[in-house]
Amino acid sequence: MPHGASLRPPPLAVTPDLTIPKLFLITARHYGDAKVAMREKEYGVWRPITWREYLEQVRDVTLGLLSLGLARGDKVALIGHNRPEMLWAEMATLCLGGVAVWLYQDGLIDEVQYIVHHSDARILVGEGQEEVDKALAIRDTCPALERVLWDDPKGMRGYDDPLLLSLADVRARGRERLAREPDRFDRLVAEGRGDEVCLLLYTSGTSAQPKGALLTHTNLLKMGQAMMAVDPCGPEDDFVSFLPFAWIGEQMMSMSCGLMAGFTLNFPEEPETVQRDIREIAPQVVFSPPRIYEQMVRNVQVKVLDAPPLKRRAHMWALGVGQRVADRQFSKRPVPPALRVARRVADWLVLRKLRDHMGMSRIRDAYTGGAALGPDHLRFFHAVGVNLKQIYGQTEIAGISVLHRDGNVKFDTVGFPLPETEVKIAPDGEILSRSPCVFKGYYKMPEETAQTLKDGWLHSGDIGFLDDDGHLVVFDRRKDVMVLADGSRFSPAYLETRLKYSPYIKDAWVLGHGRSAVTAAVCIDAGVVGKWAEDQHIPYTSYAELSQKPEVGALVAEAVAHVNRALPAAARIHRFVNLHKEFDADDDELTRTRKLRRAFLEERYREVVEGLYGGAEVIHLKTTITYEDGRVAHSAVDLRVITVAEEGPGPRAEAAPALAAGGKKGRG
Amino acid sequence: MSSDGPQVSEVLLKVDDIHMTFGGVKALQGVALEVRRGEIFSVIGPNGAGKTVLLNCINGLYRPQRGRITFAGRDLARLRPHQRARLGIARTFQKIELFRGMTVLDNIRLGRHIHMRSGLLSGALYLGRAAREEVEHREFIERDIIDLLEIAHIRDRVVGMLAYGLQKRVELARALALNPSLILLDEPMAGLNLEEVEDMARFILAINEEPRWQVSCILVEHDMGVVMDISRRLAVLNFGEKIADGTPAEVQANPQVVQAYLGEAEALYATRR
Repeated sequence: MPHGASLRPPPLAVTPDLTIPKLFLITARHYGDAKVAMREKEYGVWRPITWREYLEQVRDVTLGLLSLGLARGDKVALIGHNRPEMLWAEMATLCLGGVAVWLYQDGLIDEVQYIVHHSDARILVGEGQEEVDKALAIRDTCPALERVLWDDPKGMRGYDDPLLLSLADVRARGRERLAREPDRFDRLVAEGRGDEVCLLLYTSGTSAQPKGALLTHTNLLKMGQAMMAVDPCGPEDDFVSFLPFAWIGEQMMSMSCGLMAGFTLNFPEEPETVQRDIREIAPQVVFSPPRIYEQMVRNVQVKVLDAPPLKRRAHMWALGVGQRVADRQFSKRPVPPALRVARRVADWLVLRKLRDHMGMSRIRDAYTGGAALGPDHLRFFHAVGVNLKQIYGQTEIAGISVLHRDGNVKFDTVGFPLPETEVKIAPDGEILSRSPCVFKGYYKMPEETAQTLKDGWLHSGDIGFLDDDGHLVVFDRRKDVMVLADGSRFSPAYLETRLKYSPYIKDAWVLGHGRSAVTAAVCIDAGVVGKWAEDQHIPYTSYAELSQKPEVGALVAEAVAHVNRALPAAARIHRFVNLHKEFDADDDELTRTRKLRRAFLEERYREVVEGLYGGAEVIHLKTTITYEDGRVAHSAVDLRVITVAEEGPGPRAEAAPALAAGGKKGRG
Repeated sequence: MSSDGPQVSEVLLKVDDIHMTFGGVKALQGVALEVRRGEIFSVIGPNGAGKTVLLNCINGLYRPQRGRITFAGRDLARLRPHQRARLGIARTFQKIELFRGMTVLDNIRLGRHIHMRSGLLSGALYLGRAAREEVEHREFIERDIIDLLEIAHIRDRVVGMLAYGLQKRVELARALALNPSLILLDEPMAGLNLEEVEDMARFILAINEEPRWQVSCILVEHDMGVVMDISRRLAVLNFGEKIADGTPAEVQANPQVVQAYLGEAEALYATRR
């Protein structure tokens, strides 16, 4: 397959006149049929799409949307998995001068309704039947919505609502228009200006209603340019697009950086096949939120637990060698020759195979951002030989303001500001940033905009500091920072990420602000703990039952005690419960990007909090569970409170100030 | 549901007064029914009523002692099961009958085998026509079956390692590989959880309604919720005799049916087992 790797991207400067569609046109005409723009795995094979085809598809959809009456500045809501057609619809919206509003594919009907209504979207593009059903259900409460377009014909027989139109029909209308007005598309694109809004992304909101951040072409282009200046990608690189387009990180890679560098986008076959598809592509660049990396580590840990003793020992040895090398590199000490040789052997025996299984055999730059990733996880990836770097930023600054540089990664920092980006710490500790990527404001929310945007400085709501080497350290969300019994400040997210390094713990929620001691509510990992229970011949029927088994309690207590050993006394977790269910975004416990909604959790699990601090042995809990189709079930469970054994004095609090700042929290 | 289905017109399968006895057991006594092209026709009845025997007679595993079965106007009496399969009658089984040691894809391909034209030699040498044929068949399997039944993520997995609900889906996939015009489904929902039942019902409707497929179905099933939901017509068997047939509404109102299900009356109306 012609990959067209020898072609270089066209040289270019980000002028006020440049827009995403203009760059798209330049790039697509530059490569034409000589290079693959994207691939989609369909019917078991990777189907290539060249830049010329990409351009033609977008042109047809653009002119089709024009025929439907869409005008400059109109909003188009988009819901769907990562497929070429959905990206074409977004690009077409931008070519027409419209604003793309991405929604999370798994959003419940109320969330979809809120965003479609609030954004005044005139057209909604859904992938298939599921999205069409959602759209039909909200049409009466979204008066601005005029048309619903769909792509995948599966299950669409029997739908004949006049609101609906297939993307194929839209393209056909576009081709008719093209025959009449062959230069209309180019003229539409030429009308665009850099300071026009092109993206409206709703931030998930850990406490309040979602807020819609308005981003301009210049915001996105400058971000892509800065990113590519730090870690250049080339047309020969591959990237796998599998994270929600509604997440700024995916927009960053698939839109900004993708156009800037001209790398090939790869779309997996189904959500279930993502892991295998990534392994087949073996991308050079990856950007994922921490949960993806946490899952990879957990997969490895589980396989190791299951492996025969010899393999297990080889793994432990190789990982140990890798970690010793990584630690030396982190602290910029030289690696002695003997260790270097051992690292080679370890790589040959174990580590390169691990990389291959994680789909990272060709990885050059792996990024994580959007929430806190624990130092243990970061250390693991560097030990295995994956150059994992932290990104810090928010949707409001087009996703990125601070980034680790190659060879200068510290596991408790997020690195240095990007070019053209200033970062400073306000007197109260809040992280402020300013760059050409700072957004225009929140849609229809002047008050919130004024609070967030002052004199061009973006107020992040995160607390942090600059360390001696100039690295930014992100402590936590300001409203989340805990003041412990001894008066020291501590980050719950940091404790949670440390807990999550245990393969048995999927999620954790740490409490302790203004209280006598630190406690936690833990969600066990059903797969891993279930397997462990089977091996131990412990019978169970459900997640709830498994979580309350005394043996499982002891297992988690051991994991908690392990984390405690590295913590100052005041921050140690004294008591915890295993919750009877996993946290779920459908229950409002997490945001769509899987961040804890603490205020809501305090409300919902009030009995648990009281039990943890009231000295109870067992917490009686009445609970409701919302199923995916919206049904609600009520039940009552008893949760056992487990007290963690006291151990000797750990590191003194003063000795580990950086500990408290291990994680990274952003709203990205 | 059934109203927006495909056009239902001529009789596709006609079962005329068939009798089947095993020793002294009269499994079928003069059962007669007509399945029209394009419909989902269900056969219900208490355990041991003769539902599976009826399916076995239709696809040729059993030969009834009396009576006639015609398919698309053709008498099936002299045809062996594989010949009936070639005519377009496929089936799935109450107990899954897949090759457990083979992959999903290979199992489906096996269902396609009957339509392979290349001989042993050209197949072994993989010469022009054989290669072309292989590609065409694979495309058919991927586009019209694997994608439809949502089993792309397991295509290379060994069947024996899969969850039960997925194995049921693979069995349907293999039956579809025959490219049938009539498919006999023997308790496709048995042993599935609620979500899997809903998926399976969706798939059956899809193969019945999608313009590409439009397969007629004979469904033997105990899940009355599903039966009443997706069947156009149904027949009720009891001790080898047909005691009623008609639309779901007609059958539910039939006093004889309620009688036959006496003690199980609830089962007839319950939406779920």
